[in-house]
Amino acid sequence: MKFLKSFGQFWYDFIIGDDWKIAVAVVLALVALYVAMTVELFGDTGLTLLGGVLLVVAFAISLAIDVRPKKR
Amino acid sequence: MDAATWGLIIATFVACFVEMVEATTIVMAMGYTRSWKSALLGTLAALGALAVVTVFAGYALATFLPESALQLAIGGLLLIFGLQWLRKAILRSSGRKAVHDEAAIYKEEVAAAKAAGKSTGSVDMFSFMVSFKGVFLEGMEVVFIVITFGLNADNIPGASAGALAAVAVVLVIAIALRRPLSMINENLLKYGVGLLLATFGTYWAVEGIGIFRGDHESLDWPGHDLALIGLLIAWLVLSRVFVAVLKTPAAPAAPADVVVEAKK
Repeated sequence: MKFLKSFGQFWYDFIIGDDWKIAVAVVLALVALYVAMTVELFGDTGLTLLGGVLLVVAFAISLAIDVRPKKR
Repeated sequence: MDAATWGLIIATFVACFVEMVEATTIVMAMGYTRSWKSALLGTLAALGALAVVTVFAGYALATFLPESALQLAIGGLLLIFGLQWLRKAILRSSGRKAVHDEAAIYKEEVAAAKAAGKSTGSVDMFSFMVSFKGVFLEGMEVVFIVITFGLNADNIPGASAGALAAVAVVLVIAIALRRPLSMINENLLKYGVGLLLATFGTYWAVEGIGIFRGDHESLDWPGHDLALIGLLIAWLVLSRVFVAVLKTPAAPAAPADVVVEAKK
């Protein structure tokens, strides 16, 4: 049990790292792209460009939240 | 060689170079302070363990996952991993996060080595374990990058060549200088790797969403590999905008936030 916990912690630290918001941003952007594909919003070209934009915007939002001035 | 292969080799070379510099600092601290024999044994044991992990993980992923699932799963992980590097690079470049300093890390490792008790056996377990842990943990990041890049680009040899070239270059420099490689601008290199990981991660993760279509075919980027250049420019521009904006702090930073970083 202890080994499994350490193993999970290692991979969490390794991939998620200091800021879990980035992982959440990536997952949300990919879910939005999946929805756009499911409703056939665009063809491949439109979907890939939308995916790129969604990921860049999602990262920008997560970083903006990260560095916002903290209330004292 | 095409642009994607060059991108692959450059990305794995730079990523491995950075991690090797960090691992070398730890091994040198153990070797000069306690025992070269034990430090090198720890290093070899870690390299052996990394080789086993690479072979098993690479084989399992390549064998059991279809192409688009591989692109989505591994591209997604690579993207999250790369954006963590990019985030740190942006915060460091804008002065919001401590700068990584090999000289400070070396001093800290030397102090820890001196403080540890003397070993009685033929192998100094302190040097062995610290070297093993340092090389294994830094190496895991390289293995992760080599496997993900190599499988998605269908070019494991290219990714491995980039990583092995970096190992050779760092070893030659370390042997020639016989001191920690603190003159290397690690933060700039990490910035570059973060950009490359984010670029390739975006490309593959978006392609991989096609696994959920009826035919499970990957999505096609316009211009195929050329789209990588557009993505790289997008991530670069975004990161420079953030660095420029964050360089004017919204509130006075606490001194502890910007001291030199001695631990990862």
